Amino acid sequence: MTRKQKMLMSNLITYGMVTIAFIVCQLALSGSIDGFKMSRSLKGQLVPICAWIVMAVSLNLVVGVSGELSLGHAGFMSVGTFSGAVVSGWLLNAFQMENEPVRLLIAMIVAGVCAGVAGVLIGIPVLRLRGDYLAIVTLAFGEIIRNVLNCVYINVDGKKLIFGFNTPTLPGKALLAGPQGAVGVDKISTFVMGFVLIMFTLVVVLNLINSRSGRAIMAIRDSRIAAESVGLNVTKYKMMAFVTSAVLAGMAGALYGLNYSTVAASKFKFDTSILVLVFVVLGGIGNIRGSIIAATLLTILPEMLRAFSNYRMLVYAVVLIVVMLTTNSPFLAGKLATVKGILKGRKNTGKEGDAV
Amino acid sequence: MIQFLSYLCNGISLGSVYAIIALGYTMVYGIAKMLNFAHGDVIMIGAYIAFCAMQYWGFPPVISVIAAMVVCTALGVIIERLAYKPLRKATSLAVLITAIGMSYLLQNVALLVWGANPKSFPSVVGLGALSMLNGQLIITSETIVTITACVVIMIVLTLFTSKTKMGKAMRVVSEDKGAAELMGINVNATISLTFAIGSALAAVAGVLLCSAYPTLQPTTGAMPGIKAFTAAVFGGIGSIPGAMLGGILLGVIEILGKAYVSMELGDAFVFAVLIVVLLVKPTGLLGKTIHEKV
Repeated sequence: MTRKQKMLMSNLITYGMVTIAFIVCQLALSGSIDGFKMSRSLKGQLVPICAWIVMAVSLNLVVGVSGELSLGHAGFMSVGTFSGAVVSGWLLNAFQMENEPVRLLIAMIVAGVCAGVAGVLIGIPVLRLRGDYLAIVTLAFGEIIRNVLNCVYINVDGKKLIFGFNTPTLPGKALLAGPQGAVGVDKISTFVMGFVLIMFTLVVVLNLINSRSGRAIMAIRDSRIAAESVGLNVTKYKMMAFVTSAVLAGMAGALYGLNYSTVAASKFKFDTSILVLVFVVLGGIGNIRGSIIAATLLTILPEMLRAFSNYRMLVYAVVLIVVMLTTNSPFLAGKLATVKGILKGRKNTGKEGDAV
Repeated sequence: MIQFLSYLCNGISLGSVYAIIALGYTMVYGIAKMLNFAHGDVIMIGAYIAFCAMQYWGFPPVISVIAAMVVCTALGVIIERLAYKPLRKATSLAVLITAIGMSYLLQNVALLVWGANPKSFPSVVGLGALSMLNGQLIITSETIVTITACVVIMIVLTLFTSKTKMGKAMRVVSEDKGAAELMGINVNATISLTFAIGSALAAVAGVLLCSAYPTLQPTTGAMPGIKAFTAAVFGGIGSIPGAMLGGILLGVIEILGKAYVSMELGDAFVFAVLIVVLLVKPTGLLGKTIHEKV
């Protein structure tokens, strides 16, 4: 197989995996097969899982493909959530638009645009920096977005949207109420729409990676100086990855926000950015399929551990550390390779152990 | 004017705490080239130990602080040995995620041991407030102790890194690990020592922080941790005077921003200043410029 065919194969596997998972979930939801049903808590998790998958894949575009550590991805998500909630509320209250899928679609597009604008504004200063400094500035922007959104009030009065800053008393119906976040949200997110968004994200990201621009982005990641010297516009390509990622995060935010009746800005703390980063790293940096699997498993894991209530986050932390140690420590990786070799029934050579 | 001076004092006091935490961050970053996200939670553990020592076991404040320092030092060294040392050669992201895992672990252990309810931390400084300018300007004894502690720590650390053999070894290791090893410096021991010092400082910072802002809960360390990290970057990460300067400036900006601009936007203000500084001077205030070679 040529390189191109291999890539196509790999992409098809990714699409296929998501589609099969979707069909299995739909079957379980419909309950048409006896004894194959989804638990209530898992049902409630379906839309969030879709949103987290999109978040993880989009962050992977920045961290894995573009090679910049971003610690403020939740900021873009919150921009998407709140703009999506406001647009959806506005369309419902001012124009009596009852058609839910259309409203959700419009909300997601507007959310993507808003997050994209935020991405451009933040990208211009951020992408001038490098390494840890870039990481801390994205962290700072994430916190700034959260702090500012904490003070924004948006109400709908008739057909008008009324904006306020630190003014809790506005006329009309509240859509965005400062620290309380988006209130009175009409829950219109559906699992089908989540699936559509994941597929859209995959098409965008996988095509970007396999395009000329994608190769340029990866070249810049591998060696900025070499890429510059062959005439690649570093800022342009970095910006492309950063803004695409922001747009997708915004859309995921809208999907996530419109799944709950209220979403507070405190939901999008620094911890949330880290959570998404954990999905990306555990799934494998630069590995899109890995991100999808990690996001799914790590969203379900705390729910499954709910029986242990107090211990569940503890277990989560331990799992995180152990996975990082086993996959990255040369000593443990060598041991793991030896065990694998024994299982396969052949003598393990030292060389293989080192290569893992 | 008096009001301003009072805010300034509070700012310097808070900034001193940030500075002490930032010292831990910056030293560890300088030597191990890793962002130790669990540092903020070591502060919280230190504060809990001091709290228990004073409230439950009835130790005097000084002994309690020392107990907290001892426990945190041990904790720092153990964390380094178990979680970070095996990853010495791994990518920085892998180490970062491990540090985040460690941070979650410490928070959740604290949650299990001490519960989620906030504890009211008794001040370790049992003195009255200092009143100046006919009682118009009141400076609490916590403020004075915090600032003094910060200055003393700063001087001792500077002397330690420039005069003693171990301190010099630390600087060498942070500059070039391979060369240090060839010169017969025990790199592993030096890194452990750095973690030990950083964690002991975290314990002091935890006690001082909780003396000034007396609510103690498992997430107490998280936000000061992030801000101190910001302070370390602000001053130029890897530089000890930089951490000091960055911490104090950040504290002052935060308090003044909250007082004069907006209570809600205080934190946003801190981060905005950081961004502006980094755009003008991308390596921080006192950071060294490292030239990239092809």
